[in-house]
Amino acid sequence: MILSDQDFTALFVTLKLASISTIILLILGTPLAWWLARSQWRFKYVVEAIIALPLILPPTVLGFYLLISLGPNGPLGSLLKMLGAAPLPFTFIGLVIGSVFYSMPFVVQPLQTAFSGIGQRPLEVAATLGASRLDRFVTIVLPMARPGFITASVLGFAHTLGEFGVVLMIGGNIPGTTQVVSIAIYDHVEALEYSQAHGLAGTLLILSFTLLMIVYGANRRYAVGHP
Amino acid sequence: MPIKAITKVFKEKTGHNVILAFGSTGKHYAQITHGAPFDIFLAADKERPRLLERSGLIVDNSRFTYARGSLILWAPERSFDSLDAAIRNISSNDFVAIANPKLSPYGLAAKQVLQRMGLWLPLQAKIVRGENIAQAFQFVSTGNANVGFIAGSQLTENLLGQANTFWSLPPSLYSPIDQQAVLLKTSKLRALNVSKEFLAFLKSTEGKEIIQKHGYRFP
Repeated sequence: MILSDQDFTALFVTLKLASISTIILLILGTPLAWWLARSQWRFKYVVEAIIALPLILPPTVLGFYLLISLGPNGPLGSLLKMLGAAPLPFTFIGLVIGSVFYSMPFVVQPLQTAFSGIGQRPLEVAATLGASRLDRFVTIVLPMARPGFITASVLGFAHTLGEFGVVLMIGGNIPGTTQVVSIAIYDHVEALEYSQAHGLAGTLLILSFTLLMIVYGANRRYAVGHP
Repeated sequence: MPIKAITKVFKEKTGHNVILAFGSTGKHYAQITHGAPFDIFLAADKERPRLLERSGLIVDNSRFTYARGSLILWAPERSFDSLDAAIRNISSNDFVAIANPKLSPYGLAAKQVLQRMGLWLPLQAKIVRGENIAQAFQFVSTGNANVGFIAGSQLTENLLGQANTFWSLPPSLYSPIDQQAVLLKTSKLRALNVSKEFLAFLKSTEGKEIIQKHGYRFP
């Protein structure tokens, strides 16, 4: 099993993409999930439906819309152009944005479930004891929602790791920048380089399995996946 | 797509309905070697048909070139009188869309042209590679790539009307994009006869006229 330099580069790009996307998803997803869990707004379901869209849409459809809207003639692209920023397709940042959209439900939904599960009572009790909002969130919500955070991080990371359709549409397959493992494997298969495809696919499989095992093993005290 | 026009005319003439399965040449090759029940394989290159012949999966002497592709340089937002001017104007700020040279003969041809122009290495970080020629086209048509190498068969009526935005590359700049057809051994009984009839139609003057009308040449 020999990996070429380009395969290693693709592996590195993929891990970088999955890590950065997961961090951004946790930062954006936590307040969003908290709001979804607490809000009484009657049109909340609209937001929930939008977040869940990537679960249903084929990734290539999502990627195609991103390609059009982020492009220089698209709404987001022309806005960026007006602000003097470079277009996002075919760049690493473009991939991060695509991944955040694509993996959003995998982070928001476990968090929302976890937050809902905590209920009002512990927070109200803490409030009567004089705990501030931030205090309540850090000392009560975070520890109690820990399994939800673990599930969200693992799913967000894993889902981005296996991302293909979105990257295919907006990446442009540039080695070192936007060529990720799934694309590299696809290229190997298409070019009939089956042994290299096996090598890279096997590496990804072992890597993903080890990663999931470590995370679940370290947290077996918690009911991971069913917060 | 020429194949749709061809099957339509073929049906009108013979009453036989041809069912088309679209996909990349590499994927179909893998499927055929694993027993996919196709009768005819119209590849976008000659390598895969050759490999199938060597593995004994095709009917003897059935392999032939049904079309030769042509390469076009396309820059929809620019206007130049000549190909030379268009190429000289490609800058390091441009995204240049090509099909993946590893997978597509059009991509390989584009790579050869860029290498000859001395642009391949300087543009490395700016060359975006579609999985196939259709995606290279899409990158340019959505405005994300400024310049693209596309296939002659992709020049629609609409594009042909926009003079000075596309240029045909001289065939001397790249190796021929020969697309070959083969009759597969999985073709049996009645389908086998119809398949033979269909391949004969591809070779006929009438078939060739349709292929040519869609931007292809012949060896």
